[in-house]
Amino acid sequence: MSRLNTANETLAKEIIARYPRPKSALIPLLHLAQEQDGYVADDAMLHLAELVGVEPAEVLGTCTFYEMFKREPVGKYILNICTNLSCQLTGGEELLHHAEKTLGIRPGDISDDGLFTIEDVECIAACTEAPCMQVNYRYEYRLSTDDFDQVISDIRAGKRKDLPEHGTLGLVRQHIPADRLAGIESPEEAGTPDWFASRQPAPDESGKA
Amino acid sequence: MSTTESTEAVTGVPFFLNGQALSANDGELLIDACERNGVHIPRFCYHERLTPVGMCRMCLVEVDTGRGAALQPSCMLPVTPEMKVNTETEATKRAQSGILELFLINHPLDCPVCDKGGECPLQDNAYAFGPGETRFVEEKRHYEKPIPISDLVNLDRERCILCDRCTRFSKEVAGDPLIHFIDRGNETQVNTFPDHPFSSYFSGNTVQICPVGALTATPYRFKARPWDLTATESTATVDSTGARIALQSSRDEMVRVLGVDSEAVNWGWLSDKERFSYEAANSDARLTEPLAKAGSSFDSIRWNNAIGQTAKALSIGSDRVGVLGGARLSVEAQYVWSKLLQGSGISNVDANIGDGIAADLVLGLPKTTIAEAVAPGSIIVLMAPDPKEELPTLFLRLRHAAVESGVTIVEITPTATSLTTHASLSIHPAPGSLGAVTEAMANQLFGTSVGGVDGSDLEAVAATIAKGSTDGSNVTVIVGRSNLAESADFVSDAVQSLLRLAPEAKFLPALRRGNLMGALEMGLTPEFGPGGNPSDEPGLDTEAILRAAVNGKIDTLLLLGADPIADFPDRNLVTSAFNEVNTVVAVDTFLTDSSARADLVLPAAGFGEVDGSFLNLEGRLSPLQAKVTAKGQARDDWMIAAEIAESLGMDLGFTTLDEVRSDLSASIPSFGAVDWDALGRSDDGPLLDQGRTWSVDFGSRTEVPAVDGYGLALAVDRKLWDQGTMIHNSATLAELPEQAQLSVSAIDFEKLGVRDGEVVTIESGSIRADVGVVADTGLPRGTARIHFRLPGLDIGELIDCEQSVTTIRVAR
Ligand code: SF4
Ligand code: FES
Repeated sequence: MSRLNTANETLAKEIIARYPRPKSALIPLLHLAQEQDGYVADDAMLHLAELVGVEPAEVLGTCTFYEMFKREPVGKYILNICTNLSCQLTGGEELLHHAEKTLGIRPGDISDDGLFTIEDVECIAACTEAPCMQVNYRYEYRLSTDDFDQVISDIRAGKRKDLPEHGTLGLVRQHIPADRLAGIESPEEAGTPDWFASRQPAPDESGKA
Repeated sequence: MSTTESTEAVTGVPFFLNGQALSANDGELLIDACERNGVHIPRFCYHERLTPVGMCRMCLVEVDTGRGAALQPSCMLPVTPEMKVNTETEATKRAQSGILELFLINHPLDCPVCDKGGECPLQDNAYAFGPGETRFVEEKRHYEKPIPISDLVNLDRERCILCDRCTRFSKEVAGDPLIHFIDRGNETQVNTFPDHPFSSYFSGNTVQICPVGALTATPYRFKARPWDLTATESTATVDSTGARIALQSSRDEMVRVLGVDSEAVNWGWLSDKERFSYEAANSDARLTEPLAKAGSSFDSIRWNNAIGQTAKALSIGSDRVGVLGGARLSVEAQYVWSKLLQGSGISNVDANIGDGIAADLVLGLPKTTIAEAVAPGSIIVLMAPDPKEELPTLFLRLRHAAVESGVTIVEITPTATSLTTHASLSIHPAPGSLGAVTEAMANQLFGTSVGGVDGSDLEAVAATIAKGSTDGSNVTVIVGRSNLAESADFVSDAVQSLLRLAPEAKFLPALRRGNLMGALEMGLTPEFGPGGNPSDEPGLDTEAILRAAVNGKIDTLLLLGADPIADFPDRNLVTSAFNEVNTVVAVDTFLTDSSARADLVLPAAGFGEVDGSFLNLEGRLSPLQAKVTAKGQARDDWMIAAEIAESLGMDLGFTTLDEVRSDLSASIPSFGAVDWDALGRSDDGPLLDQGRTWSVDFGSRTEVPAVDGYGLALAVDRKLWDQGTMIHNSATLAELPEQAQLSVSAIDFEKLGVRDGEVVTIESGSIRADVGVVADTGLPRGTARIHFRLPGLDIGELIDCEQSVTTIRVAR
């Protein structure tokens, strides 16, 4: 769809300034683009390429490496339902089928109201709380089908203000004052880190250091 | 060799290869150390000229460094003392076979219709090391079969084994990361950004280094099978870098050019112009028979008739003949022509078509080699056109020097170039002020700005260049004509000043035209005879010949492969000259803008059709070898000259190429030691002894023109893809030139108050032309740039070479 809007472009420049090399900012910038449009648009990638001084192909390479960056529009809320072992044993598959039936969509599709996309995911590292689901990457634990219905109706009723839209992961909006930025010199200039320099060389066979 | 061996013995790293005690160089990778000792380890991703990445794991061998044998990728492992390496063990063989089985899971078995089949590393390794059969019965990965990723390159993602060679090359070597790995895991593919084609000048190299048939070149696709090809070693003649190539043909037709790794010159890389412009040789537009003008068209005539008429036109009176060109010819042909012209007393001879730098700068300045210029710690002063556009393989070496070897690059150019981002300092003197800017540096006058360059920038550049004298750094000036709309005299002035600033500086002439170095060495220039000896009675240069023609003082114009109507910067002067002369004789391979206006056209054998040699910008001699028979009745240039000589009653004394060569060696001292038969055997080629010790006569300095406050000073340079004859006649390349544009700085653009790309009228004197205008951050204020010889605008019409700079006014 579009390039970053003016406010986001300003924020993008602030994010870029946090890194010793502009292109290191690509991942937070991709989050920003996704937050703006709901997905990472081609034009947004072209804009990011200009902002960090790389070729668009390099932005595309970074973007497509990560599942969580969407290159096509998705629902406002992504429901990641786990069907890996622990969840499957405790009803993950059933939960997925229930979700498909309730929302009338298959994994990858967007519901008619534009609110939901279901994804069938592998382990999301909450096996002790199985079966589980993420809504825009925020967890819902030990979910029954009724609990699922409740989540959906709460979202529809606008009661879930705790969930960010489009799944943006928060850190892009941190405002760190310039004097508190850490480690911003480039690796070439940084020299040997203290923890490394302080290590004793390994003794050789004769036992000398 | 013996000295290297003895040092190796001292500094080498002792290791064991299959039980044999050997020695590796310091830091040498195991895969290289094994190769050097005669053990080939199979590989896909490793390439000597690219950073090792360990992508493919084909190179696993068993290595024991004291902790027991383990499989290790030999391309990622520097040899360490006492390392025990075994490339023959059962474990190694199983690993190799396993890796190949994994590769073949997704690789399609379409070898019978694959261009790579027959010369494919995957095929070869599968035969030599693979399991012979697969256990994989599932469906392979599928992608749309080849997708064009540029006009020249096609990508078949099913065949790709993800070795990262093409992507690494584009990023590391070419600096054009337009292709990248996209997606992840089993879905990983190489691709471009949507609608952003892989339009790198160096894209063909990825096709050459792809270890499978995933990347194929449009000009070669389905043209031949590798086992039908025969090859010979030769030299690329499209510019003066002299990149070494292998020329391949099938059924007497050139079908492919591959880069050969010459340590001294091109490191195996080629630009797409060097790689693909062979297509022109096969073009139907080639001249195949002698032609004589009959009204507005041509009649074909017999060779003896053509030779006779040419001889007659040349014997009109030696000062009434002008000869232009010669850079297309082999050194041998240049020598024979030079002898013929000398014998006829003709001295108005110029291989520079008014778009280069003075011959004495090329022949007289202290020379260096590419390797010395880019040695770590050196300083390079770029006072030449953008090397990426004119000398692209040299550009790769320069870029590598700046990025990898810490070479300092200083630019003194009219506009930003492709090296600007790698240069430590760039100054852009306004057209006409190149001499003044360098003179201010030589005089250490940094108080005021000169030619639009701040005093502080002048001081910084001067200090860097002067380092050669202060700390002994190697300083190389790459000198060329960066602005065709500016007098070449400014370049001479600037060189004179730079020599005062850095007396030890060495020079590399940025000659664009193929064998121009050879032509100047062989005396196809008004001021020098063969071997660079100054003539007693210098003749006229191109501009003077054309002026003499306009004034009725030249009757015969002989074009040796030159196309002055297209190449000479001042279009009006050259067309008036053509209108005035009685007879124009062209020896050429195509009907060009100029040869189409000739009275007599003699068809010459071209690239790939003649044996001979080539002298590159360093003065390095390399072979040109015939691979196919010449088109139609076209003949070797030297034979044409010899026949004309005979017809004039002169005996040059040669009937064979060998005789030409021994005469050449005998009469030109720098060629005395050349072993002609060995030329094709070494990848580097001998560097001719540059033993001359005469100084350049710089003459008086050129006056700095007054600045027209309302106009923009014009900077005219060239693009790689222009409407040149070879490109125009190569089917795949012909469409690549972009439309001409006027570029101005952002400030000037704002002052014009136009939209991006809007068409404006430019005028110089009484001449006007229309062209689209864009803003370009690489331009200094007050300078406007237009590329020469692009479709849409003939900028030569606005250039008057009597003016030392060209100023244009822009109107909406
Ligand atoms: S296209 Fe060829 S060179 Fe590029 S990654 Fe694939 S196999 Fe390697
Ligand atoms: S050649 Fe060593 S991993 Fe590819």
